[in-house]
Amino acid sequence: MFQRFFTELRAARVPVSLKEYLTLVEALDKDAIPPDVQDFYYLSRAALVKDERHLDKFDRVFGTVFKGIENTADAVNAEIPAEWLRALTEKFLTDEEKAQIEALGGWDKLMETLKERLEEQQKRHEGGNKWIGTGGTSPFGNGGYNPEGVRIGGEGKGQGRAVKVWDKREYKNLDDSVELGVRNIKVALRRLRKFARTGAADELDLDGTIKKSAREGYLDLVLRPERRNSVKVLLLLDIGGSMDSHIKLCEELFSAARTEFKSLEFFYFHNCLYESVWKDNRRRHDEKTMTWDMLHKYPSDYRVVFVGDATMSPYEITYPGGSVEHWNEEAGAMWLQRVAQIYERVVWLNPTPRAHWDHTPSIQVVREIIGENRMFPLTIEGLDGAMRELSR
Amino acid sequence: MRFEGTKDYVATEDLKVAVNAAITLERPLLIKGEPGTGKTMLAIEVAKAIGAPLIEWHIKSTTKAVQGLYEYDAVMRLRDSQLGDARSADIANYIKRGKLWEAFESDVRPILLIDEIDKADIEFPNDLLQELDRMEFYVYEINKTIKAQQRPIIIITSNNEKELPDAFLRRCFFHYIRFPDEETMRAIIDSHYPGIKARLINEALKIFYDMRKVPGLKKKPSTSELIDWLKLLLTDDVDPETLKQRDPSKLIPPMHGALLKNEADVMLFERLAFLARREQRGGAS
Repeated sequence: MFQRFFTELRAARVPVSLKEYLTLVEALDKDAIPPDVQDFYYLSRAALVKDERHLDKFDRVFGTVFKGIENTADAVNAEIPAEWLRALTEKFLTDEEKAQIEALGGWDKLMETLKERLEEQQKRHEGGNKWIGTGGTSPFGNGGYNPEGVRIGGEGKGQGRAVKVWDKREYKNLDDSVELGVRNIKVALRRLRKFARTGAADELDLDGTIKKSAREGYLDLVLRPERRNSVKVLLLLDIGGSMDSHIKLCEELFSAARTEFKSLEFFYFHNCLYESVWKDNRRRHDEKTMTWDMLHKYPSDYRVVFVGDATMSPYEITYPGGSVEHWNEEAGAMWLQRVAQIYERVVWLNPTPRAHWDHTPSIQVVREIIGENRMFPLTIEGLDGAMRELSR
Repeated sequence: MRFEGTKDYVATEDLKVAVNAAITLERPLLIKGEPGTGKTMLAIEVAKAIGAPLIEWHIKSTTKAVQGLYEYDAVMRLRDSQLGDARSADIANYIKRGKLWEAFESDVRPILLIDEIDKADIEFPNDLLQELDRMEFYVYEINKTIKAQQRPIIIITSNNEKELPDAFLRRCFFHYIRFPDEETMRAIIDSHYPGIKARLINEALKIFYDMRKVPGLKKKPSTSELIDWLKLLLTDDVDPETLKQRDPSKLIPPMHGALLKNEADVMLFERLAFLARREQRGGAS
């Protein structure tokens, strides 16, 4: 019945399964709601979306698929520059209409008509509610937000009909990859857990005691080691220079990681990993750790997490002496390769947006060394993927 | 049997639809939302509204899924048998019923609240899949299948501390309680303190929403905190005029302890007040 809705949702990467779709159909079958589009929206949302991160995507798809079911005239809520409107007047209104407008004497009326025209136009070309923003044939070819824009169909219209709920997109800021706080990071980091019982046996094993007692015929206490998160993490953070703009994000990640992992080791580097790293950034020139020592000290079952924008001149990675701060005997690429060879599980978290990666050569170089699929953006989504990669 | 909100609980339209769909289809309803938006209250109020008994199962980090079904007290039985108690002959005497069992055996259709499911171990929801789906489980010790007489209405709350498995989510209806807008908030306040002075509400809400907008707050004040704060204002009979004073030096509202629960947040506000004061002095000279 609503198969297009279902496929569109899946196309928009809202994870909907057949079971959920059938639930929705069943609910409609049992008349769970009165036949009203608003209620249908609420019902389908409750049945199909299971995570608030997807609510915004859902709203958008709902708006596209069910456009026209309700009177949409009031739903248009967009910014259109005034000069476009004036230019369009010539194109869309007949002389008669222009005269009518004169007669009616209203810019408001003019906009009303224009709006209707634009609705039609949009349906022919785009069929969606994103008619400002894309599409070569639409008159709103490359439109976007314009501070001088005229608000069409806004509050001032006064017919008293409400803008549709789903077009308000109230869940916009719940979309993932937007918000990243310490708590969210912790939740993401929790994916990387591997419980193991190691160390001194100091916890009473009740089940074991019962079993043993029953067999032996007397009370025989069984002890076992406590369950601990046995994951070991080596965190390598890029600091200074271009990383300054991401400092808050890195601080949050760092504080979350410290509480989440019992055995966490961290070191700083600048731009690219070279022969030395340091733990205290203020004394980076006095208290250095040789990278060789670090690689020897931490065995290969450590999981390595790089945090850095990997944005620099490619020479800083590929050539000896390429470092901006000192003379490095061996190229940074060598050091990165060594890390990638020694440790099986390596990821790189990059705070620069995913879209910029392809245009930054140094990011490409780093990705080639540590593995194409091992660099993740520093967002909740990316962090999630990174932790999955590490726990695989 | 439709849920339309109660006089103590203001339910938005979408919440009502979700609750009623869950009741009609007999599927669990998963409720998420900011802390203090009334997730747990919802179950209590739904029970009240449709006159069903409420069975509450509060989840802790140590809670195991089987505890909701039943527990076999082997230690007690061992002890009894050593003391020669005749009770120990029958294993059924040592089976303790869990909340789910209780809900399944209830004569009237009950409401089962599984509170803060995310507190438990990651595998917890997976262990309940079959039980929630078929509404039955098997007790090995006494060789008996417990089947629900009526499928209970199950309301599950989560604070998003852990992600829930997809298989579990597919079986639920989901509702995310958004932070109430001003209009809903007024209705909520009205249901708690009918006849409160409109001027007091106006000023208090203004301060409250301004406070939520301050960037960098560690914990934003929520609905339940607003309600507590209003109660304090009422018992102390604070004049709306005091709230209205937009004197920057009094940027921290009276009784702020009810709203700000974190010393870092209080410090932040004090610092803002200090800055505002300095700015004012600078502007005057």
